Amino acid sequence: MMAVVPSSSGPTPSARAKIEDLAAAVVRFAGDASDGMQLVGAQFTSGSASHGNAVFTLPDLPAEIRAPAGTLAGACGFQVHVSSQPIHTPGDVLHTLVVMNPASLRANLNDLEPGGILIANADAFTPDELAKAGYRSNPLQDGSLGAYRLLAATMTQFSLAAVAPVNLIPREANRCKDFFPLGIVCWLYDRPLEPTLKWIRETYVKNPAMIEANTRTLKAGYHYGEMSGQLPTRYRIAKAALPAGRYRSVTGIESLALGIAAAAEQSPRPLIFAGFPAPPASELLHELFDKPHANVKVVQAEDDSAALNLAIGAAFGGALGATATSGPGLVLQSEALGLAVMSELPCIVIDVQRAGPSNGMPTKTEQADLLQALFGRNGESPLIVLAPATPADGFAIVLEAVRLAVRSMSPVIILSDVHLANSAEAWRVPSVAEVPAIDMAQALQGELLSRDERGVRPWAIPGTPGLEHRTGGLEKDARTGNVSYEALNHEQMVRLRAAKIASLADEIAPLETHGPISSDLLVVGWGSTFGAIRDAVTRCQAKGLRVAHAHVRHLHPLPSNTGAVLKRYRKILVPELNAGQLCRLLRAEYLVDAMSLSKVQGQPFLVSEIAQKIEAMLAP
Amino acid sequence: MPTTPLPTLTPGDFTSDQQARWCPGCGDFSILAQMKIVLADLGVPRANLAFIAGPGCAGRLPHYLNTFGFHGSLGRAPALATGLRLANENVQVWIVTGDGDALSAGTNHLVHALRRNVDLKIILINNEVFGLSKGQASPTSRPGTRTKTSPEGSFETPLRPLSLALAAEASFVARTIDVDVNHMSEMLERAAAHRGTALVEIYQNCKIFNDGVFEYATDTTLKADSLIYLEHGRPLLFGKDRNQGLRLNGFEPEVVTLGHGITIDDVLIHDEKAAEPTLAFLLSRLIGPAFPECLGVFRSVQRPTFEQSLDESRQARPTRDLESLLTGDESWLVA
Repeated sequence: MMAVVPSSSGPTPSARAKIEDLAAAVVRFAGDASDGMQLVGAQFTSGSASHGNAVFTLPDLPAEIRAPAGTLAGACGFQVHVSSQPIHTPGDVLHTLVVMNPASLRANLNDLEPGGILIANADAFTPDELAKAGYRSNPLQDGSLGAYRLLAATMTQFSLAAVAPVNLIPREANRCKDFFPLGIVCWLYDRPLEPTLKWIRETYVKNPAMIEANTRTLKAGYHYGEMSGQLPTRYRIAKAALPAGRYRSVTGIESLALGIAAAAEQSPRPLIFAGFPAPPASELLHELFDKPHANVKVVQAEDDSAALNLAIGAAFGGALGATATSGPGLVLQSEALGLAVMSELPCIVIDVQRAGPSNGMPTKTEQADLLQALFGRNGESPLIVLAPATPADGFAIVLEAVRLAVRSMSPVIILSDVHLANSAEAWRVPSVAEVPAIDMAQALQGELLSRDERGVRPWAIPGTPGLEHRTGGLEKDARTGNVSYEALNHEQMVRLRAAKIASLADEIAPLETHGPISSDLLVVGWGSTFGAIRDAVTRCQAKGLRVAHAHVRHLHPLPSNTGAVLKRYRKILVPELNAGQLCRLLRAEYLVDAMSLSKVQGQPFLVSEIAQKIEAMLAP
Repeated sequence: MPTTPLPTLTPGDFTSDQQARWCPGCGDFSILAQMKIVLADLGVPRANLAFIAGPGCAGRLPHYLNTFGFHGSLGRAPALATGLRLANENVQVWIVTGDGDALSAGTNHLVHALRRNVDLKIILINNEVFGLSKGQASPTSRPGTRTKTSPEGSFETPLRPLSLALAAEASFVARTIDVDVNHMSEMLERAAAHRGTALVEIYQNCKIFNDGVFEYATDTTLKADSLIYLEHGRPLLFGKDRNQGLRLNGFEPEVVTLGHGITIDDVLIHDEKAAEPTLAFLLSRLIGPAFPECLGVFRSVQRPTFEQSLDESRQARPTRDLESLLTGDESWLVA
């Protein structure tokens, strides 16, 4: 193969670009799966985070494992929101879009703001690639991109030239090109290269040639940005005012895994996590296998029903049992959830919701399992339902779930979703001493057949002489624990099971409001919509609108002040990625005229979609 | 180290406060009685025994034992029991199940418990009919069985529980019958002693919905010619005079009568410890009236339990303490 030499002229030195201050920027790196855009995006994120910015990220992955190269189906990306202010979303519109081929341009251009910066690998815009993406002419040359600030660079050629002095086989040399656009973007946003250089040194510690080559490509990209003169303005994003401490990036999956480890750390017996591969919940299974904690035993079950039954069997044995599933998996677990309610055993079910019904769209987000989680079982079978609000919140929510499960000897469903699972934010790492303590000893106390003042039975564990008993899915006599079909006993037990869950309302955090405590409009959300709602409400408050935000983390039981909070506002808006499930619940529960803002496109809310609705509702 | 001898238990010590409610004459009474006798001799404290079951007549048995007991959903007992074993390895776990529970709703879970070799003892009470749901065909009902859901006789090909178990890589497979209490005790004891998943099928007569289905194996005039009692290392002989045997003709078994040139050396020798379950599988498929049916241990081999393998696999991968997990592989300081 002939060495490819960059065009003889090369970039010409330009006048130094001027630097403007920017409050925040959203950057998306897009390419084929083989272009390493996930890696590049992650590097830009950690570089920005260690620079002191607030960051929030979202990968965009194709459903296919290896989609055909160069096609729209194979386009994948990584979006980074970098800010000088606290942020809660990956951002609505792109300030900069990096595309490594024509398919990525076609798949992503709609999200680039007018006048936004478009950085393209011109080498990939060949007639073949253009045809695969459905272009009749080359958009980099035909003037169709006039609405944007375009930087088209022959990245493949430049990076090959940069690594030419290093002795690499062609495949390795080609792989280095991923760092070229990263270098350009680091130049554009005035990011230091050192965090990425350090990462390169550590990752390729056994391959000095790759360290040299990747370093050269990254720096070549940085210098290209400066020298090419195609972009006359650079941007600087000031550090955000964050509480001091050690920080890391955490996805909605990683935070759940950390919560499980932190709960297991406090458990006298191993925590048993059983899972069946159900995307995207399988990521949690992988994470727990990959980063094992000494007190967590992980098992791949034969199906989702088995997974929860394993967890219940473990709970019967005195261990914390947990599982995670998505979509149809939760349906399979309905039966076992009823069993856990009836046998009064503490276990945790994490549902990473995806677009349904049935198999739906496994890689797309939705919040439509709420009513199923609350009511989707035969008989009266109340249990605890929680939802994390942000990617990092999974840590606290798992510990809260375990606390409540043990406190009330009940199953808990945690409703995460695809959007939370995949997105990541910076998280201040707690010390081990800061991890909330869970009192498991109290559950073990109490005589067999006794109940505490809230109606909770003790955890009577096999291996303990004197506690031998029989339990399970059949109705039990309230006094003896034996099977009973007696009419009044059943009514008593149904009410007892409901009351012990309902009474938790006094033991959970009250519903808080962000904004005026009483005003024209309260926006109520739950789960992954937190970020979009909070940013929309804050934006509207800045415009002088009298609007507040309340976010529900405890969906059952609801905090005891929920009704009182709702009644302090003239109007209530409930944005949800479903057809209005929490809205329906609030209306039924509190007789308030809540209005639904519903979106079911497999995509999260944009901040602007919620802000526009707020403005419309408060228009004079 | 000084040890305190365990108090001697009697079968009566395992009786719960619940009155057994099966139909008069049900084979389950006999199974319950033998189970108590075997438990009393095990030397395991009551508190360290757990019986897991699903719905059905068989599933009532744990309620009548004064040990730990759990009555789960249809077919899920193997998954429940696996979770219990992982949580609490001090507990000896038994599953009591029937053909409807284990082989209709629960086939999947049964197969996976067997292949994993979880340390469980599974008593599969097979009466070839759904009992507690009031008489429907089961996956083991023989062709022609008349039930509420097969009024003209069942036409589905029945599952053979032991063939299925062997195909699922079971390490211990045995069969006994409700009326032969000594043999039943022996099989339950063997199952209790096995490390790994032990499956014991018990032929059980349902007086109400499938009465007499095992008559060939219970009638004193018929059973000698209908049953082979398996003994490890001994020839597969049967018959009142023990002059009939099982011989292999190519891949096909055939019944031969000793004499006229056929000697005991022509008869197959039982080997429950064979590395490959080929012979056990062949024996599991024998069914009357063309062949005698086998009682005894078909297969008993040692392989690591799921619990052991999981622990070894976990030890192979270094665990991380909570601080290291929380901090992750990449973190930074904000001053």
